[in-house]
Amino acid sequence: MWSRQRGGLKPLRCGVEQLRCRRREREAALRKARREQQLVSKRLLRDEALEEAEEGCVAMIFGEAEIQQFLRLAQRGTEEKEREGALVSLRRGLQRPETQQTFIRLEGSIRTLVGLLTSNQALLQLEAARCLHELSHSEQSAVVEACLPATSYLLTYLSGHSSDFIELCLYTLGNLIVESEAVRRQLLPQGIVPALAACIQSPHLTVLEALGYALSQLLQAKEAPEKIIPSVLGSTLPQHMLQLLQPGPKLNLGVAVEFAWCLHYIICSQVNNALLITQGALSTLGLLLLDLAGAVQRTEDAGLELLACPVLRCLSNLLTEAAAEAVGGQLQLRDERVVAALFILLQFLLQKQPSLLPEGLWLLNNLTANSPSFCTSLLSLDLIEPLLHLLSVSNVVLTVLCNVAEKGPAYCQRLWPGPLLSSLLDTLAFSDTEVVGQSLELLQLLFLYQPGAAQAFLQQSGLQALQRHEEVAQLQDRVHALQQTALHG
Amino acid sequence: MQLPPALHARLAGAPGSAEPLPVERDPAAGTTPFSFAPRLVRFPREHDFFEDGDVQRHLYLQDVLTQVGGAPERPRRPSARVPEFTCQVAGCCQVFDALEDYEHHYHALHRNVCSFCKRAFPSGHLLDTHILEWHDSLFQILAERQDMYQCLVEGCTEKFRTSRDRKEHLVMRHLYPADFRFDKPRRSRGPAVPGAAEQVLAEALGDDRVPSEGDAMEVCSEHVEPSPEPAGERRAYSHRIPSTICFGQGASRGFKSAKKRNKHQ
Repeated sequence: MWSRQRGGLKPLRCGVEQLRCRRREREAALRKARREQQLVSKRLLRDEALEEAEEGCVAMIFGEAEIQQFLRLAQRGTEEKEREGALVSLRRGLQRPETQQTFIRLEGSIRTLVGLLTSNQALLQLEAARCLHELSHSEQSAVVEACLPATSYLLTYLSGHSSDFIELCLYTLGNLIVESEAVRRQLLPQGIVPALAACIQSPHLTVLEALGYALSQLLQAKEAPEKIIPSVLGSTLPQHMLQLLQPGPKLNLGVAVEFAWCLHYIICSQVNNALLITQGALSTLGLLLLDLAGAVQRTEDAGLELLACPVLRCLSNLLTEAAAEAVGGQLQLRDERVVAALFILLQFLLQKQPSLLPEGLWLLNNLTANSPSFCTSLLSLDLIEPLLHLLSVSNVVLTVLCNVAEKGPAYCQRLWPGPLLSSLLDTLAFSDTEVVGQSLELLQLLFLYQPGAAQAFLQQSGLQALQRHEEVAQLQDRVHALQQTALHG
Repeated sequence: MQLPPALHARLAGAPGSAEPLPVERDPAAGTTPFSFAPRLVRFPREHDFFEDGDVQRHLYLQDVLTQVGGAPERPRRPSARVPEFTCQVAGCCQVFDALEDYEHHYHALHRNVCSFCKRAFPSGHLLDTHILEWHDSLFQILAERQDMYQCLVEGCTEKFRTSRDRKEHLVMRHLYPADFRFDKPRRSRGPAVPGAAEQVLAEALGDDRVPSEGDAMEVCSEHVEPSPEPAGERRAYSHRIPSTICFGQGASRGFKSAKKRNKHQ
């Protein structure tokens, strides 16, 4: 998995508190960005090994004259080492925004850099690509867009074989993609989708992870549903992505995370999910879910929630497709191991990432809504009590319970007795009308299908619990109806 | 949250499930004032529901989350310094002291090399196209009667009558730069005078060319200039001009004379 970047300055000497603080700040910034629909992140690939070798030399700010000299040396130097060295110095200088600004304003600088990128000296190519990569990571649009003349070459090089070089090109492209629609308007006609489709057949994990990153950036673009996803769906990319998500010994977590997110962006855009289903997406994702649940039991701290999140989302959204019912006959979709896996993941999320619990419960809703089979599994696997434990997290728990109860007496019988009643009495004490409303719905179903439920309810001071809400507009009618049923049967 | 102990075992067990309980609905269920009906829920891209997960994703991208997957599955190869070694490919005497550097060198310069004219290409695709257009006499024959020049962009199936038409297509349709280095028309100059050959190189690479390694010390560039002679013959004089990464145009027209050839470019 991604393990090589240090954005900006190395936080080596930060204390734990400082790191936490930095994370909180970043998180707040990201939330704000998302609300403004400006959620953009770039990746910076800096070779740790190289960094170590250059340790002690701080990146300098170079002026015009110095940059010109480096470029001249790189282009026309006589000694190979000298030319490489010049580019290396330039590259390090380009870690500084000031140098970046000066560089792009210098006439002919990009042209020269592109010339070096396409030169017949492999090591100059590599260094030139690293320079471009630094530029692509800039927060200044002008700097990033200065890289545009290089894109046709970056794409051409994706069909090469040098894995390090391709990886670099991919991360650079990923950064460029996310910069602006203008950049994408150039990359799309230049054939980025077919280039990626060819490149995804690479056997190198580093290349695949980089490709996944670049593709996820492309798919996350605002205009993706109209302008990008259709051509992606028309390519061989989806089949390869699904293959890379197959559980098994070859599954690589870092690669899987990227492609799971790619799949999520495609699916939630609702362009042509039926196609994905015919390509086996439901089946693959279902198996992946099982695999994940197994993995969380084995490994401690592996970032599995980063994969769990998009998998949960993809499955949930796909289940809403009409085409999903057609393949409902497939074992995966009635396999009670799916429910078992989901609960194991819910437990994991409860500890690791509670903010993702609603997403897990969303899947549970979609699994149980129209499926007697999964509702039965919930009951036969004894999962009602653990489910009740999550009541405080989300009222989707109540919805799921309603999904089960509405299927009739055979189901309600298995819901009763047990902790359900006391949990319901608890929720009736909430002031949240949504929660109370759902509780009332559930009560109606229980009263209807389970003899003795109303009695037990009365005995536990249920009426008093109901009374609180007699005056609430959205709840009154239902409260009165329940009171009637409880008292008069 | 306590999970039943049998659950983990169930996960590891065989696929399958218990027979679903019979469904039996009462028409009174979910009727006014009640309204519950099971519903599949879907969320579109921009929904707030996704905020938390999206933020986590981006924290990971920005490496604020430094969590990585257990033992590195692909440890970054360190730039291991090794005793200097020379590239083993015949005619290349590039020296290296790090394996990584060698990998890229090999792939960039020796992997996709045209066996006829020794030009190196960034990809197999471009190499194949080059061989077809430069060294295949059948291509020349067919090209007189039909559109044979394939668009260079992978996935684009357009073909053109001339390389110039193709170039125009690349620029207009695919927004390629007009001086795209892998699509330079080659101007063959017949018997080479070192200066002329350098000029060819210059044109091939555009204005800000990387200067040739035409250095008296440089003896490894024994790469042959593409032959204007009929396919099969090859001029054997050596140059100090290294193999260009050049997808040139103006493929030799087989049996035609040099003069006529130039006109077509």
